[in-house]
Amino acid sequence: MAMSATDIERFIKEALPDAVITIRDLAGDGDHYAANVVSAAFKGKSRVQQHQMVYAALKGRMGGELHALALQTSTPED
Amino acid sequence: MTDIATQIDNDVKTNDVVLFMKGTPDMPMCGFSGRSVQILQNLGVPFKGVNVLDSAELRQGIKDYTNWPTVPQLYVKGEFVGGSDIMMEMFQSGELKQLMADKGVA
Repeated sequence: MAMSATDIERFIKEALPDAVITIRDLAGDGDHYAANVVSAAFKGKSRVQQHQMVYAALKGRMGGELHALALQTSTPED
Repeated sequence: MTDIATQIDNDVKTNDVVLFMKGTPDMPMCGFSGRSVQILQNLGVPFKGVNVLDSAELRQGIKDYTNWPTVPQLYVKGEFVGGSDIMMEMFQSGELKQLMADKGVA
């Protein structure tokens, strides 16, 4: 079970069209990525809520198909 | 509330600091869980480790409980703080130490 970086980016972009996303493959196994997501949609949201928005964009794949996503979220002004 | 949710809710509400993790504090079974244990030990915060690998029901139940798809999960005084990433970010910025002090658990 694995996902490609482009899949991850596409899913996040679908949910957060303005997002600026950088993804690093941590292990080369399609299962461990680090992602930095910058979006105005995070404005006024707690870190937990911001991360939940990204997980929702991945439509249930987080924790299943995608084992690890080291996530950092911020708004454009941060 | 399902039985497992009640059990989780009880753990969360009756312990100041609870870390739902893979493995135990002495023997973490996943890098992220291990890192979270080290952070809490570094802060000198006593905590209860709950091994979600003990039951598939618990492993799924904890994800449903707070709509968070992964483990570890940290709760302080009944409140969900975050997973491994947020714990690390808060630890590095000093926020986690402050939070523990504010909640009177450190």
